[in-house]
Amino acid sequence: MEGEREMWKAQGIDLKRNDEFLEAAGKIYGDVYMKQPNRPKGMGFFDFVMSEVHSIRPKEMIDHREKGGKVVGTFCVYVPDEIIFAANGIGVGLCCGSDFSFIDAEDILPTNLCPLIKSGMGFKKGMLSPYFEACDFIVGETTCDGKKKVWEIFDNYIPTYIMEVPQKKDPKQRELWLKEVELFKEKMEKESGVTITPEVLGEKIKLINARRKALERLYELRKSSPLPISGKDALLVSQIAFYDDPVRFTSKTNELCDELEERVKNGEGVVEPTAPRILVSGCPMVIPNWKLHHIVETSGAIVACEETCTGTRYFDTPIVDETPTDIDGQLKAIADRYLNIKCSCFTPNDDRIDQIIKFARDYRADGVIYYTLQFCLTYNVEYEKVKRALNKEGIPLLRIETDYSEEDTGQLKTRIEGFLERIS
Amino acid sequence: MFAGIDVGSLVTKAVVLRDGKVAGYSIISSRTNPRKAGEQALEKAITNANCKREDIKCIVATGYGRSSFSFADKTVTELTCHATGAHYLNTEIRTVIDIGGQDSKVIKLDESGKMSDFAMNDKCAAGTGRFLEVMAQALEVGLDSMGEFSLKSDKPCSLSSICTVFAETEVISLIASGAKKKDIVAGLHMSIARRVGSMAKGLGLQKEIAFTGGVAKNSGVRSAFEEFLSVKFAPISEDPQIIGALGAALVASKF
Ligand SMILES: Nc1ncnc2c1ncn2[C@@H]1O[C@H](COP(=O)(O)OP(=O)(O)OP(=O)(O)O)[C@@H](O)[C@H]1O
Ligand code: SF4
Ligand code: SF4
Ligand SMILES: [Mg+2]
Repeated sequence: MEGEREMWKAQGIDLKRNDEFLEAAGKIYGDVYMKQPNRPKGMGFFDFVMSEVHSIRPKEMIDHREKGGKVVGTFCVYVPDEIIFAANGIGVGLCCGSDFSFIDAEDILPTNLCPLIKSGMGFKKGMLSPYFEACDFIVGETTCDGKKKVWEIFDNYIPTYIMEVPQKKDPKQRELWLKEVELFKEKMEKESGVTITPEVLGEKIKLINARRKALERLYELRKSSPLPISGKDALLVSQIAFYDDPVRFTSKTNELCDELEERVKNGEGVVEPTAPRILVSGCPMVIPNWKLHHIVETSGAIVACEETCTGTRYFDTPIVDETPTDIDGQLKAIADRYLNIKCSCFTPNDDRIDQIIKFARDYRADGVIYYTLQFCLTYNVEYEKVKRALNKEGIPLLRIETDYSEEDTGQLKTRIEGFLERIS
Repeated sequence: MFAGIDVGSLVTKAVVLRDGKVAGYSIISSRTNPRKAGEQALEKAITNANCKREDIKCIVATGYGRSSFSFADKTVTELTCHATGAHYLNTEIRTVIDIGGQDSKVIKLDESGKMSDFAMNDKCAAGTGRFLEVMAQALEVGLDSMGEFSLKSDKPCSLSSICTVFAETEVISLIASGAKKKDIVAGLHMSIARRVGSMAKGLGLQKEIAFTGGVAKNSGVRSAFEEFLSVKFAPISEDPQIIGALGAALVASKF
């Protein structure tokens, strides 16, 4: 993009490191994405978005702010975008998917912390991300302990607002969560000077629902055999959903789905129908974290679905009810929808386990890979319950615990290929 | 004739099969260039088997460096190969514990010898041959004699660390505090048995159990396992370090 360097400079971005990061990420992208056979044409848009990852969208955000709008950064699928957008804001999922920024966080955070948190902190503190620098403030949540405490440190670098996400889903906690959603609406109104009307909120509920429906349509198409799209490409679409303009994203994803529908009709796939199908379940995978998918898909298998926050957890729970026409009803509908998300930070979280089994069937998975980031306690501990349930159902399961580094690629390849040998 | 090459992270092994029997094998270091190690090991095994390269109809490569050995007709993971090799030597075997230089693996087999499940250590080297090598150095004890040495201990030290780096520090402070080396070595062996043994228990330990990989040559680790798991390992008639390569050769013979 023309003028990108001036933009970064004005933002205070560390230009040298930014160049290094973009070069490294570009190379990984080329290796991981551009060598795939039979890619759908509709992926062209997403390739373009990636090629301009630090330019076009951050520019749109800066422009939005210049026109008086707000930009709000988030880290978790529990933060309701509807409210941000209704207050003339842009919500953006922030960068936390690369070990490139660890070095910038290591002097203030413990080493045994989830890579996602460490990476996010590093991108902010090291001035490495035009997205962070385009934000007015960020919204944290009380999900896992690591994040809960790191928001206090974040606040030294960027204003940080915290939503209290409860840990159980009983009526009492539902009430608390509704209150949190109402408070968040007030916060957004105060920050933006905009009064959120039922008309605008209704409109934004539809906007975000449309994004969910587009993703749902994409995932629905991944239930067919042969698979019309690789897991890597579908993952990329999910990842881009977090930061692209929702209208444009929805329309481009629907275009992609039109093409995939044709493929399904013609029985056209990206790999042979005999390739083993894998359901990935666990922690979020944030750009540029394509590590697991890449190993799976260069070992002769294909990922059919992600039961993760950068997958089904982002869209699958029922869409926000569009019928209420008053603010109270709308906020309640939003609160209800978000609290149905099945994250391991909740106890109990048995719905998630039922869902993994259902997805394994629906997506015709030959096996499940349980993916956890190192030091993510809740997902790591929940494995034991998932294992018992899947064993009972006779669904093959492989556990992978890893971080963002490339060091363990060889060992992971052995495990994944071994798993494929086992289920073949 | 068929050949199997196991390009391990530390050691490369090759086995040549004639009429379904081990005709020759070799064990060499992989540390230099894994591609060269594969070729050299194959050549040596061929010499030991008294045959020629042209006699080999099919070669299967396995191990960490399997894809860097360019003469392979097929590559298979060492998980399948250790299972296949162990099953060939004893059809009663249902669990294989393989400890090599970098990885410790527990592999379950069904009656037909097919791998049915497995568990592996994470990227950390604790509980592997590399771990023992680092400790042998810190203790100035020969790797080959660690086993015999530890069997003399009647009071193994208890080591709390499972991380290589911390364990080394712990070993050094044990030496400083005057602990006997044989007790420290026995403690190290116990810590490996506990770590890998728990992994095996998690998978559901089923008899008979075979112990393979280079570390299986360490009698101290063997007996620590037998104590921790309250089992006796099934005897195997070949060098435990070549079982992966043997399995690869067997896969080659059926390919
Ligand atoms: N005689 C011996 N006594 C004790 N230990 C031994 C002996 N010979 C080899 N080892 C150990 O075996 C290890 C190598 O075993 P092996 O050949 O099974 O490893 P590898 O296949 O290269 O590794 P990996 O399977 O982890 O990639 C060495 O680290 C060494 O510690
Ligand atoms: S895993 Fe849980 S805490 Fe993490 S982003 Fe997803 S919903 Fe939020
Ligand atoms: S992956 Fe786990 S530890 Fe990391 S931020 Fe999400 S919930 Fe927390
Ligand atoms: Mg080995």
